Amino acid sequence: MRYRNIWSEVPPRKVIATPSRFRRGIGKYTVVVSDACNHCLKCVVVCPESVFRARGSKLEPPQDHLCLGIECSKKSNRCMANCPVSAIRVGVNPSVKALGDRRWTADLLMSTWRMAETGSLPKNDLEYRIGGSQGGFDRLRFAFPKRLPKPDLDKNDIDTSITLNRRNDACERIDIPIPVYGGGMSFGSISQVTMLSRIRAYAAWGSFCCTGEGGYPEILYPFDDHIITQVATGLFGVREETIQRVKIVEFKYAQGAKPGLGGHLLGDKVTPAVARIRETVPGSSLFSPFPFHSVYSVEDHKKHIDWIKTVNKRGLVSVKVSTPSDVDMVAVGSYYAGAHIVHLDGSYGGTGAAPDVAKKNIAMPIEYAIPKVHKFLVDEGIRDEICLIASGGARTAYDVAKAIALGADGVVTGTSDLVALECVRCHNCESGRGCARGIATTDAELVGLMDLEWGTRRIINMLWCWRDQLREILYRLGMRSIRELVGRTDVLAHLDYNSNVQDDDVREAIY
Amino acid sequence: MPKKYHIEVRPTPNRYPQIGRSGIVDWGEGCLKCPSCVKHECVYNVYRQRTFSAETNADTIDELCKDCFRCVQGCPKRLIHKALNPEWENLGDDVYTPEVVAANWEQAKTGKIPVSGAGYGGAFVGKGFDSMWTDMSEIVRPTRDGIHGREYISTVVDLGRWPANLRFDERGNLSTQPLPMVRVPIPVLFDIPAFGDMSSRVWHAVALAASELGTLAIIPQAEVEPLSDLRSWLVPLLETDGWDRKWIRQFRMVELADSSDTEERFDRIKRIDEGIIVSVRVPATVDAATRAWELTDHGVDIIHFVADERGYEPGVPDARHLKDVIRAQHGALVERGVRDEITVMASGGIAMAEHVIKSILCGANVVGIDLPLLLALECRLCRNCAEGGECPVRLSTIDPRWGAQRIVNLVGAWHNQCLEMMGAMGIREARRLRGEEGRVMFFEDLETDTFARLFKGREG
Repeated sequence: MRYRNIWSEVPPRKVIATPSRFRRGIGKYTVVVSDACNHCLKCVVVCPESVFRARGSKLEPPQDHLCLGIECSKKSNRCMANCPVSAIRVGVNPSVKALGDRRWTADLLMSTWRMAETGSLPKNDLEYRIGGSQGGFDRLRFAFPKRLPKPDLDKNDIDTSITLNRRNDACERIDIPIPVYGGGMSFGSISQVTMLSRIRAYAAWGSFCCTGEGGYPEILYPFDDHIITQVATGLFGVREETIQRVKIVEFKYAQGAKPGLGGHLLGDKVTPAVARIRETVPGSSLFSPFPFHSVYSVEDHKKHIDWIKTVNKRGLVSVKVSTPSDVDMVAVGSYYAGAHIVHLDGSYGGTGAAPDVAKKNIAMPIEYAIPKVHKFLVDEGIRDEICLIASGGARTAYDVAKAIALGADGVVTGTSDLVALECVRCHNCESGRGCARGIATTDAELVGLMDLEWGTRRIINMLWCWRDQLREILYRLGMRSIRELVGRTDVLAHLDYNSNVQDDDVREAIY
Repeated sequence: MPKKYHIEVRPTPNRYPQIGRSGIVDWGEGCLKCPSCVKHECVYNVYRQRTFSAETNADTIDELCKDCFRCVQGCPKRLIHKALNPEWENLGDDVYTPEVVAANWEQAKTGKIPVSGAGYGGAFVGKGFDSMWTDMSEIVRPTRDGIHGREYISTVVDLGRWPANLRFDERGNLSTQPLPMVRVPIPVLFDIPAFGDMSSRVWHAVALAASELGTLAIIPQAEVEPLSDLRSWLVPLLETDGWDRKWIRQFRMVELADSSDTEERFDRIKRIDEGIIVSVRVPATVDAATRAWELTDHGVDIIHFVADERGYEPGVPDARHLKDVIRAQHGALVERGVRDEITVMASGGIAMAEHVIKSILCGANVVGIDLPLLLALECRLCRNCAEGGECPVRLSTIDPRWGAQRIVNLVGAWHNQCLEMMGAMGIREARRLRGEEGRVMFFEDLETDTFARLFKGREG
């Protein structure tokens, strides 16, 4: 047998069923089988979703996260009616009430888990498009025409790729097949397994994933062509060599979750390995300064970009900024300074650790920033020369499509990837040993909770389902390419301003 | 440069178990007694630390659990479930939400600013202070790195009046007399809570905290006597009588509730000692602008707009929020050309650190906090005391030193959060925040510029 080093392999882009790594998935419904069960296994036969499985002649505990719901269970040809001893009860899972928050509702978490497990949408009534924040993306809907505009359009021909270098210059020409790449999460804030899972998944999709501000561990070297390395205010682990390895370099001027503040990595998570990559001291908390003290004007900013372009002549430069009131000026300034990508990170974005006061109150949500910047760039006549990327609160394929319809070219994700890895949004990434679910941690024992192959597949699957949803949305709008969707606010409706807004569910077409 | 202001916070434990967001419901029935039970594998050791409080009849697990769901997913017999704690859901009201109450408790306990992982999990926008975002600076404007002490950000504000102009005599010497002024190191004064299981111990804690922080506490005249050692930090809210020349001269500042004879009472105090700062307590309503003009014209030092405890116009149907009241009042004073002559204080509904900054951005010079003082002392806002019932945390029995440290911790944490927000805006002086509406993004404005522009008047 030949030894395969999967740590350095780009995995295939295909859906492989990847169930929960914990004993039991969390579902909207619970299925309880009482002691009255006589193991006749009729339920195994009648259930269309394999909730019931047998091991030998015995019924296993039910996989209730797959259950289609109470309605289904009551039908004459389904489990409850066919149980001769009435041992099966189906009800709403009480634990779900304690799960999730307004932005990431329990439904959204569970439907994302479903996508990560199967590559397709949930078959039951889980909401998979919007959260419960009651504003922004959650109040926008797609207004699909009642009749398909182009019924002969082949869904498989619909193009979801975007171009990252829209300047006519000598730097790399890069198209990515999905309008999504992975946002910066540093080694230290997340585990090496999580970091590699994300990078391998985006590599499988031919896209990119950012290292964040934690240096460039050697284990990432096989994926150089799919990595964006970040230069942030702390300059942790930034070396000439790391900048030359990659095709895209990202300047992080600010982060949406903590606009105007530097990064935080609390001491417990600074293990010797993390400290080595960052060239710091183990156990000592790391606070990045804010801002870049070398940049106080657009001219300084240009000097920064020129520095990168001198070190890496072919590389693209992305500028990640937060969303202040003058974000449009910042975007134009970045264009004239020579950036290829302007990456706006809205105020409701993710983080490994940030003061709550900053997450909630500083800078504007991305839903306002995208149209503002898009319009300004159009008016300036430079919109076609810059790639406008949005992040900070894009949770679903629908959010991606809405961000593009509002004026972005593509979207950066972060939290959704972690949810695919079974993050429950308990908000404890920063403290002590870190994430209890082995995602955002550097603790040796907790890191072992997740397997690289498993993590990679979960994210590949989720992106697969996202791509299918994007194609379905474009199909219903009669568009051949996602590039046609940019700035098309006319295909959106807003619940606060428009009446008779139709349901934009595409579930039936996807599973 | 003035000596750097520093608040000495110290971990100060709770007296009572806290109310947690969610609890664990587990059944013993059907347990397989697995040799490696998921309860023993808890990352946070919650099950090992678990005790039962006989006093409150509560299982401490609800306070300790961090909602990771590992045990829920791991138990082979599915005997463990999570549920929202009904006590948590019933905590507070729509302004003092369970999250706000718990965050203040935690800050009073630790003195640390709340930091958490993952992005914001709340609503897109809310009422009152939740319908505005503060600005930040990047690339084209400098920020300030205040929180880690790398740059100095001052939160000092001055209380009092400023002359509209300076006069000079024939020789060119200044002839205008300087006006009295009190300088406080933080733009936060302590105001009188609308309810509470108050006692002399509680007032003592409040006064002690004010003295340690170097700020002022507004306290009912009747409660001042036992605290005379701390009088420099007290602002008695004067009753109509019961005070004399000698007594009132002990204080740097006093407050009057606005009434038909406010001007006469003001004049009487100023005749005794011009150096006493006099604040007039006015209900915070948008329509009070003419009253604010009258008081300013009469020479009052501070106008203190008091909203109800939730931060809305008191006793008005369709009450507007304090932030709108301050904006309107600030605007009216600006319009009359007298805004820079007078101090405006705002209180009522200031429940979190960001409300301090947001109030000042809307036009106040300084804010007063009330219920958070009680939250620091573990108040649960059940309002039993207001109906003559018993306080579940027996607030009136506290040790004043414990209480003072809890309040100092809370204000220390708030102060650091104010520094974060000011740093992000690139504003290094609290005095320069006042009415700086260019550094605020209001929901209504963003909505008009964005979604109303795109979607209003269009067929869905």
